Amino acid sequence: MTLLDQANADRAPAAAAQCCTHCGLPVPPGLRTGDGQPAFCCTGCETVHAVIRQHGLDSYYGMRSATNVPPQQAPEPGGDFAALDHDAYTQRHVRTASDGTRSTELLLDGMHCAACVWLVENISRILPGVQARVDYARRIVRIRWQGDTPLSTIAATLARLGYPPQPVHARQTRGGSKDDHRFLVQLAIAAVCAGNGMLLAFALYSGLFDVMAPEFVALFRYSSMFFGLVALLGPGQIFLRSALGALRTRTPHLDVPVAVGLLAAAAAGTVNTFLGRGEIYFDSLTMLVFLLLIGRWVQRHQQRWVANTMDLLLALTPATAQRLPASGANPETVPVDALRSDDLVLVPAGGTCPADGTVARGASEVDLSLMTGETRPVPVEAGSGILAGVTNLTAPLEVRITATGAETRLGQLLALVDELTRRKSGWVRLADRLAGVFVVTVLLLAAATVALWFTSGVALALDHAVALVIVACPCALGLATPLTVAVALGRAARAGVLIKGGDVLERLTRPGLILFDKTGTLTHGAPELVAWQGPDEIRPAVVALERCASHPLARAWVAAWQSDAPDPLVRDFRQSPRGGIRGTVDGRDFLIGQASYIASACQVDLPDPLSDDGTIVHVVRDGVHLGQACFRDTARPEATDVLARLRANGWRIGIASGDQHAVVSSLAESLGVPPDRTWSGQTPEDKLALVQRHMAGGPVVMVGDGVNDAAALSAATVGIAVRGGAEASLLAADVYLQHAGLRPLLRLLDGAGRTTRVIRAGLAASLSYNAVAVVLAMAGLIHPLLAAILMPLSSLSVVALAATAPRFAAEDAGEPKRGGLAPAVSTREAPSCP
Amino acid sequence: MSVIYIVLPLAFVLAGAALWACILAIRGGQFDDLQTPPMRMLGDDVPVGDRNADDSESVSK
Repeated sequence: MTLLDQANADRAPAAAAQCCTHCGLPVPPGLRTGDGQPAFCCTGCETVHAVIRQHGLDSYYGMRSATNVPPQQAPEPGGDFAALDHDAYTQRHVRTASDGTRSTELLLDGMHCAACVWLVENISRILPGVQARVDYARRIVRIRWQGDTPLSTIAATLARLGYPPQPVHARQTRGGSKDDHRFLVQLAIAAVCAGNGMLLAFALYSGLFDVMAPEFVALFRYSSMFFGLVALLGPGQIFLRSALGALRTRTPHLDVPVAVGLLAAAAAGTVNTFLGRGEIYFDSLTMLVFLLLIGRWVQRHQQRWVANTMDLLLALTPATAQRLPASGANPETVPVDALRSDDLVLVPAGGTCPADGTVARGASEVDLSLMTGETRPVPVEAGSGILAGVTNLTAPLEVRITATGAETRLGQLLALVDELTRRKSGWVRLADRLAGVFVVTVLLLAAATVALWFTSGVALALDHAVALVIVACPCALGLATPLTVAVALGRAARAGVLIKGGDVLERLTRPGLILFDKTGTLTHGAPELVAWQGPDEIRPAVVALERCASHPLARAWVAAWQSDAPDPLVRDFRQSPRGGIRGTVDGRDFLIGQASYIASACQVDLPDPLSDDGTIVHVVRDGVHLGQACFRDTARPEATDVLARLRANGWRIGIASGDQHAVVSSLAESLGVPPDRTWSGQTPEDKLALVQRHMAGGPVVMVGDGVNDAAALSAATVGIAVRGGAEASLLAADVYLQHAGLRPLLRLLDGAGRTTRVIRAGLAASLSYNAVAVVLAMAGLIHPLLAAILMPLSSLSVVALAATAPRFAAEDAGEPKRGGLAPAVSTREAPSCP
Repeated sequence: MSVIYIVLPLAFVLAGAALWACILAIRGGQFDDLQTPPMRMLGDDVPVGDRNADDSESVSK
């Protein structure tokens, strides 16, 4: 018995709520077992448990309960990885060493704790000769293996353990580690220069109060110069280059005053070293380079981490298709790239169509909600057109491909998103806008200083002017923004809000128009049972029948009526391509379906529909109409509250949906959105135009989830994609809300406001330091020792300020909080188990 | 005080050696992944079944 078994046995003395031995989620009534026996919430978990036990890897459960992981259900087993053995994939992704060892990288979904890392890295116990090494931060597993084990077998094994692998995207390897290494080396060099520069400065400063032989003073000054120049010409190049670039493009950038200060310090220090008189400034210079590089590193690290987390979400799309050979043999699995026009592909029920085409055989219903925002499933039959990215719901379809890749509707939308994202006007951050003014002011003040001291001698006047330029170098200013942003992005990510860049936070501070997509954003994006007219005693039979069916309505029905009682036995179950079902329960024949299906299956008089703007499903037993249920995509429960709070904060609210007018306007009315800001029947291009039109009048925030929102998301001032959205919307959006619902939106806006306030406070603090230093320098009172003390003090105060960046925390107690080591990327809600 | 002429270069050589070691560590990938090793550490001490065929450490190069 494993630790978790024991824990479960302790926790669940009665059979009232048994937890899954593998994932810890509640076990449905029909699958419960006796006390202490392993029980599973689904076959997925049972399979994984069996594999783990069989190979002596039980300690996984012990480790896992020790690390206190939120429960997460094992994904459905299976999945076809044959495409990983395809030549096209092998050539691109698999390296073969001279001794025949092959190695590749796979992206792994579902890893969320130390136990997972351990389990994956012990795959050699299941597949001897296969070695796996996990990179947890990038959610990547590096696999090295010898012999002729196909990669698909390894992938299937990982999937059986509950970690379905994905091929690594091209984007994943971008910004590779070579770049990181170079940056770290620069940082190390800067650190050595700063450390030694400071030691030498200490010696020189103590020599000020005591007597030091001139030869040693010269030695220390020349050594300081060495470190100062190394720091400037090595790591410091980053700032010089960036400043040069900013000057060329004439965009204000904080690196310009930094570079001016660095160059002035280096020039003055070098001249004074050779002349053997005056101040040398190299201690401040090396420290400046080091501190600024640390700020850069922290920010870069944080953004990389957010990008990786996003990439993981992006990879959740099928990269393979089932192609039917012309010979009529069994379908073969091929990478999507290998598909050509006129190929015939099989799209299974629940699968996603890989390319645009027409249905050649079969009839089914498809879910267009991500493409058009339409909630209701749309029927298709032979001859109907079907788009890439559409989900097939009920029955397998054979599709004749007409367009692939970039030529598909999806591909065109993605290209549009790409273009808009690239064109997105460069938002100039507050710190950079200040920098422009800063340079001019400092140079003017320097000129004034020269004029002021001119009567006392040119050399002295120049000395004071140089001192001014150096002490005005905005070190704290350069640290304040990146650090605050990095801290805020990290905290936001831990709260499930992934933000692509720091400037997004600044863009969100001024309230404007906030446009919501309807399906999946304001609503759940899936139908819900809202009304039932009929006897209650047939509920168990209906649930039992619907449990056998695969259709969004069936799932909604089961979710609404699920009970603890075991389901009655279903016989002779059949499902029509349109989602209608029939079957026998307790010897009585049931027919469940929409009016058209019932009419085609038997002769029965149907009553008037329960409601006009929902999907009506009828239940007929032994040829007698018993009842009807109404399904509707309802608004999220928190929507009203969230919209009210947004309004209170000065946002104007609008709805832009691709769905029909009646559905959209009834929702808008219930949420109190005025009709003149409610747009229905919007194509992706309409939404884009809508956003662009309103951007003239102020900032526009677009919140959406679908492919049809992607273009609008990328064009808006800030695009926010909500959980469960399509790949395209993730690519296009600036922010991704990882947790379901609209509350994270409030957290984001609130956090953005507070972060910006912290950034402003940091800027104010560092600017006032500069002001004090400038006044001292103009008065000729500045002493390098004073500068050397003031500078770290100001930087420290700014760093301390950055640490007060907001937490993006839940503002009310009802919000689920997540534990764990890092924000787990979960694809499912995890209901708590008592 | 002329010992400075020996001690100072010596200090610089030491600093250089530290820098060299640091660069080697960076190039060797020691700083690439700062999240997995603390987790891996939890696992290595746990006894696993009876088939201690190969050590997961041997995967690293």
